[in-house]
Amino acid sequence: MLNHQESETILIKDGLIIDPKNNLNKKQDLMIEKGIIKLLQDKVADHLVFDKVINARDKVVCPGFIDMHVHLREPGREDEETIQSGALAAAQGGFTAVACMPNTQPVIDQASLVEFVYKQSQNAAANVYPIAAITKGQAGKELTEMNELISFGAVGFSDDGRPVEDARILRHALEYSKMFDRPVISHCEDICLTNQGVMNEGKISVLLGLKGIPRISEEIIVDRDIRIAEYVRARIHIAHVSTGGAVRIIRAAKDRGVRVTCETAPHYFTLTEELIKDTYNTNAKMYPPLRTRGDIEEIKQGLADGTIDAIATDHAPHALEEKDCEFEQAANGILGLETALALSLEALVNSQELDLPELIEKITLNPAKILNIDYGEIKVGCAANLTVFDPKAEWVYKKENIVSLSCNTPYLGRPLQGRALYTVRRNKIFTARLN
Amino acid sequence: MILSQKHLLGLKGMPRQDIDLILNHAVSFKEILERPIKKVPTLRGKTIVNLFFENSTRTRISFELAEKRLSGDTINFSANTSSMKKGETLRDTARNIEAMRIEIIVVRHPAVGVPYFLAQCTKATIINAGDGTNEHPSQALLDIFTLKEKFKELKDLRVVIIGDILHSRVARSNIWGLKTMGARVAVCGPSTLLPLEMKEFGVDVYTDLNRAIADADVLYILRLQMERQNSGLLPSLREYRERFGINKQRLKKVKPSLVILHPGPINRGLELSSEVADGEFSLILDQVTNGVAVRMAILYLLGGGDVESSGV
Repeated sequence: MLNHQESETILIKDGLIIDPKNNLNKKQDLMIEKGIIKLLQDKVADHLVFDKVINARDKVVCPGFIDMHVHLREPGREDEETIQSGALAAAQGGFTAVACMPNTQPVIDQASLVEFVYKQSQNAAANVYPIAAITKGQAGKELTEMNELISFGAVGFSDDGRPVEDARILRHALEYSKMFDRPVISHCEDICLTNQGVMNEGKISVLLGLKGIPRISEEIIVDRDIRIAEYVRARIHIAHVSTGGAVRIIRAAKDRGVRVTCETAPHYFTLTEELIKDTYNTNAKMYPPLRTRGDIEEIKQGLADGTIDAIATDHAPHALEEKDCEFEQAANGILGLETALALSLEALVNSQELDLPELIEKITLNPAKILNIDYGEIKVGCAANLTVFDPKAEWVYKKENIVSLSCNTPYLGRPLQGRALYTVRRNKIFTARLN
Repeated sequence: MILSQKHLLGLKGMPRQDIDLILNHAVSFKEILERPIKKVPTLRGKTIVNLFFENSTRTRISFELAEKRLSGDTINFSANTSSMKKGETLRDTARNIEAMRIEIIVVRHPAVGVPYFLAQCTKATIINAGDGTNEHPSQALLDIFTLKEKFKELKDLRVVIIGDILHSRVARSNIWGLKTMGARVAVCGPSTLLPLEMKEFGVDVYTDLNRAIADADVLYILRLQMERQNSGLLPSLREYRERFGINKQRLKKVKPSLVILHPGPINRGLELSSEVADGEFSLILDQVTNGVAVRMAILYLLGGGDVESSGV
């Protein structure tokens, strides 16, 4: 089944064109011919005829969103998500590209598996870029064949889901990766300090008697990994920042010139550990864990001052039975692709932490730079790679409308504002389901 | 008068009226337990399953006895024989039990929140007999009952809970219950086992035992789990005994009306010396006796037994 419609000529009319790279923030018409942006002007002549016209009045037209951190579960857990279903959920959320983490079964740690991901993503509703493991089997012992993995299309390296525990191995990974312009993405966690904890350590963990994960479990490894990168003069990307302390460590590192970038996820600036309190909500369980209001404030500040470069969802589908169980047994992680835009608009733009172009930068230009992948620049002569969204559309996230194969999300029933309508990749138009 | 809730999941947030109601009924049931025929027909025809996913002797026997005294049909299900080992989910176990038309589930489980989870996925009444390190409400109710017998009024009573506060469901339930009853609660233990956030729940926090017990009315001694030493939380059991163990020496300057509680089983010679455990201050065996009466009251009130036939 094709998820999109192909059109030789496309006109996107009356949209507010925003491209942070080219400093565009202006109402214009945009015309695409054979997948290439042909015209960008105040008004395209009325007498011209197009195969497809998108009326974008009161809508935003911007480069295609990129989610640099998703779990698509294929190979291994195709009951939870497949590359195709994940790409469809991505397109529904306005993403034209996702980078998928390698902690599948088996782990994406060799070229044939990178090739497999590309093969499975043929004709998918979004471009899928594989991230390969840092170490074979994510076991933290031996480096993967980075050179070959890159030649087959890996865009970065990560043992996400677990840290590279041995600092010497991480050091070598960072040193080795300097030969390529591809990031090493660090999942920061001191396993000993986490010690089988299941939620943020603090008042609520004490109240409930649930085993806590101290914030230092994340922060110490953020600091360690940055210092290693600094020492070997490599670049490093820190995944899913969740604490104020981590933001401060990264800010200080950037100030002294370390080549560090980082991302956070919408749940780290919209939810707190309070969600676990009365109901043991397993959809509030993830690593790193949901923190406190104070952390949310510092995360927002970090996004506003540029310490946090990107917003990624950490989209983590899980089967029903992995969440419908004892809190301590429940799997970590939640869906993210279909709600990221609305949550970011609500928490960051509506509350004036960021303006719209700044938010767009964090889900387009910055992740493209970090991963060194195609960026959908809005410029005549460039390939079209666009997202059209309505920043004002009001909708409610409902279980029956979820596009992903799983439904582990704490946002069901929540009124949301802002919704993707179309994505355009060259001549392919994906139309989001609106129900 | 009836309870405001269908289940007994914990004492956190349980209204004072509910606690009083249980305690008042327990007085009547205790009286029944002194009779030559200790059985009443209150729960006749009702089926209760004791679902124990964690080892327990005392609590399980106490519940079972309470159920039998009330003429309920009881079934015991313990982790060793459970289908959990075969990979069945907790929801499936619960739904299967429910399908057998069981009215009350008494559950003990190593994971926090399991009684709440069961209450969401079955229609049965759930009684929490201990969930992980969260709560053990029937224990705290029997403790409160025991203290009421002794002191009549708990308001401003100074209770010091001593030991591994971090991992103790007994401590948590007692803190919530005792505070609802107006007692002043303090906790004391080694700082590795004492979450500082306790202060935010209106509890005094001590690491110096002598200071903690100076003007105490009640010492609630917790059982120390031996494995704490292996996990790096304590240097040695010997050092724990020296700093936190309660012995005769320690009790020289305490109030004469002091009482000592312990949820059992006691590590004699570790958290409590034999002399003190068996001595004048100890109410430890009263706790056990009262446990049956309090659990009868809980089962009676939640099981919807009618007053006429209870013989109360």
